Amino acid sequence: MTNTIADIEDADVILVTGSNTTENHPVLSTFVKRAKQFKNSRLIVVDPRRIKLTEFSDHWLRPNLGTDVAWINGLMHVIIAENLHDPEFIEARTTEFEALKAMVEKFTPDYVETITGIPAGRIIDAARMYARAQAGAILYCMGITQHTTGTDNVKSLANLAMLCGNLGISGGGVNPLRGQNNVQGACDMGGLPNVYTGYQKVTDEAARKKMEKAWAVKDLPGQVGLTVTEMVPMAHEGDIKAMYIIGENPLVSDPDLNHAEKSFANLEFLVVQDIFMTETAQLADVILPSACFAEKDGTFSNTERRVQRVRKALDAPEGAKGDWEITSEIARRMGYDMFYETSEEIFEEIARVTPSYAGITYDRIDSVGIHWPCPDTDHPGTPILHTAQFTHGKGVFHAIDYIPPAEQTDDEYPLYLTTGRVLYHYHTGTMTRRTEGLNERVPENFVEISAADADKYRIEDGGKAKIASRRGEIIAKVKVSEKAVAGSVFIPFHFAEAAANKLTSAALDPVSKIPEYKVCAVKLSKAA
Amino acid sequence: MDDQKIIINGNSFSFTAGETILDVARRNQIDIPTLCYLKGASPTGACRICVVEVKKARNLMPACSTPAENNMEVQTESPAVIESRRMSLQLMLASGNHNCAVRGSDGRNWTAFQLNVQDQDASDDLCPVWGDCKLQSLAYRYQVSGETFPATGNKYPMETVNPFIIRDFSRCILCGRCVQACNEIQVNNAISIGYRGADAKIIAAGDRPLKDSDCVFCGECVQACPVGALVEKDARYDWRPWADKKVRTTCSYCGVGCQLDLHIRDNRIIKVSGTEETPPNYGSLCVKGRFGFNFIHSEDRLTTPLIKENGKFREASWDEALDLTARRLSEIKDKNGPDSIGVLTSARITNEDNYAAMKFTRAVLKTNNIDHCARL
Repeated sequence: MTNTIADIEDADVILVTGSNTTENHPVLSTFVKRAKQFKNSRLIVVDPRRIKLTEFSDHWLRPNLGTDVAWINGLMHVIIAENLHDPEFIEARTTEFEALKAMVEKFTPDYVETITGIPAGRIIDAARMYARAQAGAILYCMGITQHTTGTDNVKSLANLAMLCGNLGISGGGVNPLRGQNNVQGACDMGGLPNVYTGYQKVTDEAARKKMEKAWAVKDLPGQVGLTVTEMVPMAHEGDIKAMYIIGENPLVSDPDLNHAEKSFANLEFLVVQDIFMTETAQLADVILPSACFAEKDGTFSNTERRVQRVRKALDAPEGAKGDWEITSEIARRMGYDMFYETSEEIFEEIARVTPSYAGITYDRIDSVGIHWPCPDTDHPGTPILHTAQFTHGKGVFHAIDYIPPAEQTDDEYPLYLTTGRVLYHYHTGTMTRRTEGLNERVPENFVEISAADADKYRIEDGGKAKIASRRGEIIAKVKVSEKAVAGSVFIPFHFAEAAANKLTSAALDPVSKIPEYKVCAVKLSKAA
Repeated sequence: MDDQKIIINGNSFSFTAGETILDVARRNQIDIPTLCYLKGASPTGACRICVVEVKKARNLMPACSTPAENNMEVQTESPAVIESRRMSLQLMLASGNHNCAVRGSDGRNWTAFQLNVQDQDASDDLCPVWGDCKLQSLAYRYQVSGETFPATGNKYPMETVNPFIIRDFSRCILCGRCVQACNEIQVNNAISIGYRGADAKIIAAGDRPLKDSDCVFCGECVQACPVGALVEKDARYDWRPWADKKVRTTCSYCGVGCQLDLHIRDNRIIKVSGTEETPPNYGSLCVKGRFGFNFIHSEDRLTTPLIKENGKFREASWDEALDLTARRLSEIKDKNGPDSIGVLTSARITNEDNYAAMKFTRAVLKTNNIDHCARL
């Protein structure tokens, strides 16, 4: 997030898109709801499903799946046409405004309506509301990123925020809501193919030299590595021979699972380090049992870049070990002297090699976490980014045209499927499905469908339906719901035995390599 | 505006417009006891514990909802105030199954009362929140018992038909904190005060069980309940504040990073509560953070390394499993090059774990093929 969670309550207008906030970030959603109910903020929700938050919204725009660039360009068209943009901010802080202006010119509300299905008048109303805010916050989640145009979608939201001068101010910002406890930290720590900690590029020779010195090694590779969505097909082709997987369950979370399963089975050697026998672990050659969060010391970095302490409350089950201890043991057996006494010792090394973490210590975050960047031990941390300038100087407007999603419906597969999570479960369900109460609330997979579609396909609420895509099929319980809009259905991906990702498409965003989980074409029939 | 003054217990304090008597007192470390007052929600003045004496006012005024005024003179512990608080407490103590020692300190009907409560609760113990009850601690502070007034009967049976929360109406003092927590803090709007007068009851969706209402089981109400009316089902009559240690940590579900306290005994989590007055969550949690911890103690936890032979796993020692892993990774690296190996680190493990995995991949395997499921 460019801003903090608490900051949401300072926004005059909150635009939430591609985020089912009350189910996926329940506590964060309380800030949105309080802002709306008690602090006179306005709320715009743009989402294909009638999610809970729409009950609180001033405007709910319902776009067709995969048409985000179109509605965002539509808002900007109205804002520029009605002269509601922020010329001072644009002049002082940005470049390439003319290119953006030229691009959005054709995105008239009427044209946008033909693509997105959102009535032209609603586009105009929402544009005026967002643009007139003193401080407008944008919150988004995987409903924006998990598209073949995910990068375009995010850049378009950044365009919108810059156009109205909504960056670098309290109550503003472009705020991705990160879905996993330490996904921010995993990125910050260089768990990515192109960067070391703190986003220092592996292609930068100076960064490589610095790491070589810090780690006492030579010849660190300077070529960008592979993303998970690239590794899997390469395993299928036999170019990736071995994988070491820590605390992830790609055999439920990957797209197009039938294909992914063949890829993992094709590996010469697979080692999985986890707390449970996951679907992925089943395929392993070696399984190493690890400790869970309550059994270790360390830090997590949350969605607002706040580095917070994790503390050991329990002893791990006898026989399980902490993750960094296991990794260090393997390193030592491969001839590299990697040894730490405590997690704090590792954190001190992180701070030494990572400018944005340099000023953070366990002592300083003992009671309240600190937002990075925090360059030195006197620095208070940075709750709001880009207050004076952007990381790379001026903010660049990207002129982006609309591209339809990779997969379209047709006569054979007439419905759109979108996937996501529900309140009571988490990701691949390895934890929540082992918690009785949560399972009692949502015991099995379901397909959420509108009453109109249920009628059309002769499916009954509570019955079973077969859902098939071009890649696979599953059976799930039918849930006729007001959340669904005719023409599209929703299935959560928590349930390995009826995995939604058997249906999803592995088409990737060309830049981010994120799969298009949020759009694919399916057909539905009553299951015997 | 800044030179406005209020006089509390003979001392003068400045205040800004909009501040209540309680706000000014708390800011200056003057202890006015509260019960129904919930920080962040609008004050209701329902419990009348925070009443203070205001010079020239006809009645005692609730400090939580009375705005400070210029030259107002306030007494926070005058005899009239104390007498009023004592009576409020005595009425509350008489109103239900408050079976701590306070309730029976007059010793008249204690045995019959306690036996009756034990029967209803199916427990031999004293109240499930003994030692963590605002009503109990106020009763001690003001030295009152529950037998001044005749006990009132319990109108409504206990609700146990959901996996997470016990609603024990016999211990409810109708302070309304749960309603405020639900409507003004979490804004789930699932519960409200229903019926009238002596029949008043906290109800969900036209007086149905929580499981059939808009309740999402965040448990904000449980944490806000000052007495034993709302208690975590699994922890009821198990959690005891003096027996358990509390460890503060960060939630392991979504990316919000809620701060939570794990209540631990004998290497088990008894319950989880939100860390109050601390960002980012200021005490709030969701159903997963508060109630989704049983997986930690699951029988399914892996406790020994496993090696697959002929398609089947067999148990192995750590040395054997680690040696095999190191040998196979070295062989494949030597034979096919470092880029034939890929590592998936995790969005679930700590920064320190991730750093170690990243360093291992780059410094030992000598490849940049490392990623995690941020994209998935």
